[in-house]
Amino acid sequence: MAKIIETEGLTKKFDNLTAVDHVTFSVEEGEVFGFLGPNGAGKTTTINMLTTMLKPTEGRATINGHDIAKDSAEVRRSIGVVPQEYTADEDLTGYENLILCADLYGINRSVAKERAKELFALVKLEDAKDRKVKTYSGGMRRRLELACGLVNHPKLLFLDEPTLGLDIQTRQATWDYIRTLKKEYGMSLFLTTHYLEEADSLCDRIAIIDLGKIVRTGTPKELKDSLGGDVIELGVSGGSNLTEELRRMPEIIDVRLEGGNKYRIKAKEGEEVIPRVIDIAKRLGGKVTKVSLTKPSLDDAYLEYTGKSMRQEEGGAAVWKQRITMRRARA
Amino acid sequence: MFHGLWALTNRELKKWYKVPVLLLMSIVQPILWMALFGRAMNIGALFSNPGVITGNLPPQVSQQLNQTLSILGNQIMEKTFGTSDYFSFMAVGMLSFIVLFTSMTSGMSIVWDRRLGFLNKVLTTPVARGSIIMSKVFSSIIRSLIQAAIILGVALLLGLRLGPAVSLINVLGVFAALFLLSLGLSAIFLSIALRSTSWESQMAVMNLLNLPLLFASNALFPINSMPDWLKAVASINPISYGTDAARQLLLYQPDMSRLMLDYAFLGGFAAIFATIGIILSWRLLSR
Ligand SMILES: Nc1ncnc2c1ncn2[C@@H]1O[C@H](COP(=O)(O)OP(=O)(O)OP(=O)(O)O)[C@@H](O)[C@H]1O
Ligand SMILES: [Mg+2]
Repeated sequence: MAKIIETEGLTKKFDNLTAVDHVTFSVEEGEVFGFLGPNGAGKTTTINMLTTMLKPTEGRATINGHDIAKDSAEVRRSIGVVPQEYTADEDLTGYENLILCADLYGINRSVAKERAKELFALVKLEDAKDRKVKTYSGGMRRRLELACGLVNHPKLLFLDEPTLGLDIQTRQATWDYIRTLKKEYGMSLFLTTHYLEEADSLCDRIAIIDLGKIVRTGTPKELKDSLGGDVIELGVSGGSNLTEELRRMPEIIDVRLEGGNKYRIKAKEGEEVIPRVIDIAKRLGGKVTKVSLTKPSLDDAYLEYTGKSMRQEEGGAAVWKQRITMRRARA
Repeated sequence: MFHGLWALTNRELKKWYKVPVLLLMSIVQPILWMALFGRAMNIGALFSNPGVITGNLPPQVSQQLNQTLSILGNQIMEKTFGTSDYFSFMAVGMLSFIVLFTSMTSGMSIVWDRRLGFLNKVLTTPVARGSIIMSKVFSSIIRSLIQAAIILGVALLLGLRLGPAVSLINVLGVFAALFLLSLGLSAIFLSIALRSTSWESQMAVMNLLNLPLLFASNALFPINSMPDWLKAVASINPISYGTDAARQLLLYQPDMSRLMLDYAFLGGFAAIFATIGIILSWRLLSR
């Protein structure tokens, strides 16, 4: 498969701050690739470079085979961008905004009208399309941004925090929508997010980025597995000690006896291990009183690699949203 | 490429004509100026109706004297302003005034677009960088010219006296001069605003420059009667050339060589600053 994004040592310095620090990664055609990282990690800056809005200080990148520095016009033609902040013109209606976007890509008017119809249906803004964007709610504005980013049927869509500030339902709808795009248009997607469930359920591959550096890349499963498996907690009454017997199983990585009759077992493929563990307990004359299975979450992976918990970060995201709102109110 | 240029220009105009209050507000000021400086505080009135030293003279003599003074006054007016009617003189100056003020505000719109994120969207599309600034220049020109046409109409209603042989060609000539003036001025102010994110500083630039630029030109007062230092500024001020062309065509017996000079200066001014604006927008719009 061809690579839709390829970067090599991509770097951006602002004065003496290195916002993006020698980032190298590639995205396959048709893939959904996620950038996961805390506030200020350099996600937006990376997108800005890949979408030719910022010139890299160092390094290079190609989009759809075109160099971002040399063929920026070609790059712009093959991408769609849904930026982190709102970009629609508030004084125009949603429809006027979308047609304007189409014009900016040089799409002729009859095609533009057809796409507008298709896209407004897709983002469910048909009823609001003739209202001024000023009167839209945050979620409606996000969906309009999404429609604008798709108007040129891009090969690659950049989504910077696509669900920031959306309610659960709208967020869910946006995810479904992103999945549809991938399936129906064969579009590749590059998205950034603060939300772990989002990265987990949408992305084929994830890069965790912190302080401008990619600290880890892999599929959500790989990232979770890299933490060393599931945790099974087992309560047993009676019988003899299970530790020796359990350690003999290849899937089991570690067994600890906690407080008399509670075992903490670290294992791969926890679901399949549990029935066999129960058998062993019975065989050794014990009675299983309690079993629980904890799968490592992406949150754990995130904590492991960035040293920050996502819960703190979600607070951060809310602050960010407020900051945007405030900025807009002031402007 | 021209697709984007037209679409963006159209957007600016749409935002403008959908809010007629904007148009009204921007023409109120020059109309007030015409009423105040042109009508109420008319310099010409000082000369045409002196009536000062007539108190204890026989009526016959005082009438004679007044008449002479009035003729003299008219000649002074004629010599200073090129017309005995100060109102007409300054009303034509107001055409440049409205062009100046409208072009200045065009810089603001790019600051807003940057702050509200719209500029970011445009920058990720294949629209040529030069089109981004030129669309704003064109919309500013169109707004300037429409407003100038309204001001001209109001001035005629308020008693602007046109020169002896004013035809449609003259009027078109006036708008051609104002076009060039607006092109150059908008390009300057947009170039200043290209990197700016603060509309406060853009406002400050506007407030700093607008009245000095207007007064250091022949819009309200003829260059010949200015002190030398001001003369120097006024004679490189493009507003002087735009206003002079308009006066030649509307009020005076056109002096062809002066008119040619006016157009040459305005043309050069517009070409230079439009080019600078386009070059800067390539350089500055993406960081
Ligand atoms: N124009 C700029 N000038 C100076 N510093 C900047 C600029 N843009 C971004 N930065 C800095 O670069 C760093 C990375 O910012 P960036 O916006 O890429 O973060 P992010 O990962 O998108 O964060 P968030 O999750 O908050 O959106 C931050 O420390 C930020 O302060
Ligand atoms: Mg960001």
